[in-house]
Amino acid sequence: MRLLKVSKMQTVMDKGGNGGPPMPLKKMRKELVPRKERATIGQFEVENPRMSCRNVDVYYNHGEKKAINNINLDIGRNEVIAMIGPSGCGKSTFLRCLNRMNDTIDGCRVTGTITIDNKNIYGKDVDVVPLRAQVGMVFQKPNPFPKSIYDNIAYGPKIHGLVQNRDETDGLVEQSLRRAGLWKEVKDRLDQPGTGLSGGQQQRLCIARTIAVNPEVILMDEPCSALDPIATAIIEDLIDELKQDYAIAIVTHSMQQASRVSQRTAYFHLGDLIEVGPTDQIFLNPLHQLTEDYITGRFG
Amino acid sequence: MNKSENMASSAQGRQLRTMDIVNRGLARRYRAERRFKRFGLSAILLSLAFLAVLFISIFANGYTAFQQTFIQLEVFLDPLKIDKEDLGSANYQGLVRESLAKTFPAVKNRADKRKLYGMVSSGASFDLRKFVQKNRHEIGNTIRIWVPADDDVDMLIKGHILRDVPESERRMDDTQIAWVDHFQHQLRIKQEFNMTFFTGGDSREPELAGIWGAVCGSLYTLLVTLCLSFPIGVATAIYLEEFAPTNRWTDVVEVNINNLAAVPSIVFGLLGLAVFLNFFGLPRSAPLVGGLVLTLMTLPTIIIAGRASLKSVPPSIREAALGIGASKTQMVAHHVLPLAMPGMLTGTIIGMAQALGETAPLLMIGMVAFIVDIPGGFTDPATVLPVQIFLWADSPERAFLEKTSAAIMVLLLFLVIMNGLAVVLRKKFERRW
Ligand SMILES: Nc1ncnc2c1ncn2[C@@H]1O[C@H](COP(=O)(O)OP(=O)(O)O)[C@@H](O)[C@H]1O
Ligand SMILES: [Mg+2]
Repeated sequence: MRLLKVSKMQTVMDKGGNGGPPMPLKKMRKELVPRKERATIGQFEVENPRMSCRNVDVYYNHGEKKAINNINLDIGRNEVIAMIGPSGCGKSTFLRCLNRMNDTIDGCRVTGTITIDNKNIYGKDVDVVPLRAQVGMVFQKPNPFPKSIYDNIAYGPKIHGLVQNRDETDGLVEQSLRRAGLWKEVKDRLDQPGTGLSGGQQQRLCIARTIAVNPEVILMDEPCSALDPIATAIIEDLIDELKQDYAIAIVTHSMQQASRVSQRTAYFHLGDLIEVGPTDQIFLNPLHQLTEDYITGRFG
Repeated sequence: MNKSENMASSAQGRQLRTMDIVNRGLARRYRAERRFKRFGLSAILLSLAFLAVLFISIFANGYTAFQQTFIQLEVFLDPLKIDKEDLGSANYQGLVRESLAKTFPAVKNRADKRKLYGMVSSGASFDLRKFVQKNRHEIGNTIRIWVPADDDVDMLIKGHILRDVPESERRMDDTQIAWVDHFQHQLRIKQEFNMTFFTGGDSREPELAGIWGAVCGSLYTLLVTLCLSFPIGVATAIYLEEFAPTNRWTDVVEVNINNLAAVPSIVFGLLGLAVFLNFFGLPRSAPLVGGLVLTLMTLPTIIIAGRASLKSVPPSIREAALGIGASKTQMVAHHVLPLAMPGMLTGTIIGMAQALGETAPLLMIGMVAFIVDIPGGFTDPATVLPVQIFLWADSPERAFLEKTSAAIMVLLLFLVIMNGLAVVLRKKFERRW
């Protein structure tokens, strides 16, 4: 039991020493919001948001289990927002609300309003097919289709009718692979199965597949958790580049990653959005006791 | 310092003890493993031995059926008895008998004559007619023609009727054996590949009976079964697995499909009799009805196999497709179904193989009738391979015994081909990924 704790602390310290800014070990005894307080601290609104969520609750198992609780959060244009928090706190659940992937789970119910460009995505007449083209998603485990690299990229544009002929498709495939930084590695083997690539390449293939349909928002659920540090660095660079054109919401377990790639960070805890604010402030100067516990490694 | 040393040594001691315990248990673990391996191996050997006994006994009983004994006759094509304008209607049987009587002029009494005429198959006159129709210039000459021997002669030649048992216990008496020996002495008896077995329909005469009618009946029946059960089964599996909400109704449907798989097949036959024949008035003994009944029987197999293979498609593929904006139908058609296809095909072929070997339900809808003609369509009266085997196994003639085994071999061959096809298809579809 004690051993376990020590090793955990050590991991956190290692991470701290690993390039990024040292963990805030400030001892200036500032007043923090106490642990039991659950209302969101910080500025959850942004000006002219791309997506905006109000009073979002999610229930699983036909209402038996409430997974997230009254979440209010905006996602700005051309920003990367990171979502952090201990396992099981509802980050993925929240992320999956944003493109209605939760619809596919039996017994899952979402209440509240989520809008994209001021249009409610849970409205009665909203079709999820164009919504998911508008809000793309990259998953934790790379999941290329068991088809050729080319077909992996071309599939989305084809079903949405974004390309009319082979030339256009070729162009879009090349462009998407270039933007995902994968073109040089795969240009000679586009007809080979996407599942034959390395883990990092597969994840970049999935990102290329997502951007091939030219979405407005990209959701990423722990996209680097199955990757080695080099592949992770490549993907982080890629995210940095993509934010020129897209709003990106990324769930991550690595606080280094959050601080490297994101402009804003939201901290979730047991289904509540505890604190949200500029990434620097969250990591250097958290306002909530729970946030501080988490980023200093005293929790999860 | 002292303390840490202590701790280190005690840790070492504990480690040693752990290793001792592990090592002590090791022998037992390996023993258990070896025992398990031996059990598995002996189980496999036992089942292989059973299979070998089965195959060997079937083959030993049946391989002689692929040979047939022929007798050469010298027939005078009497122009007075054959009307050149109407070759078909002449009394060819009379000519055959005349030829036999001429070969053994000593045979005078009626009973012996009947025995003598029974030496050649009743099919001999058809062969003679065919010959004359093809060679009309031979009319007026004496010709030599090979005709199939009667099944008893065939059995004697093949050694299934033993000469050294008392005459009263033999199917052939001494005079008949003497006639056969006479023919054999003149080299007028030969054994040839039994083409009739593969081209003929059923017959009361073993030497004229073939399995082609049953094979055709089986093919028509299976075709109906395949065309109905594959699309219906796959569609049902897809709907239940991918689209149906999980509620009490789908639970009921699921339970009942599993129940259906366990229903004894004869019940499907009764259902077919009541519904297809009596209510809808479809023809008896028809492959169409047989196919319908077997469809009911194979559907649960295909549905269950289909659902299992749909379930085994990783959810990440579904998420990937949906996440990129595919509709549910596109997700199923473009990604899930291709991955599930090998499993579905395997299930279908296993279901078909079951249907091919099924007898009981077909008895109820009249496919057990004695049918000589080769069925030419889905509504012609027909029988199927396993029913043919049942019919022959039930016949008293010794010659049908070997036909039964030979028909089983043919049925097994079809089953092996189908299972091989299942493997090939699975390999082919899997290689695409
Ligand atoms: N499909 C599901 N059915 C029921 N409960 C679920 C389902 N998915 C997640 N949960 C529950 O919802 C909570 C939040 O899960 P999740 O969003 O996956 O957490 P995170 O991604 O932050 O680790 C967890 O307690 C989890 O057990
Ligand atoms: Mg998660």
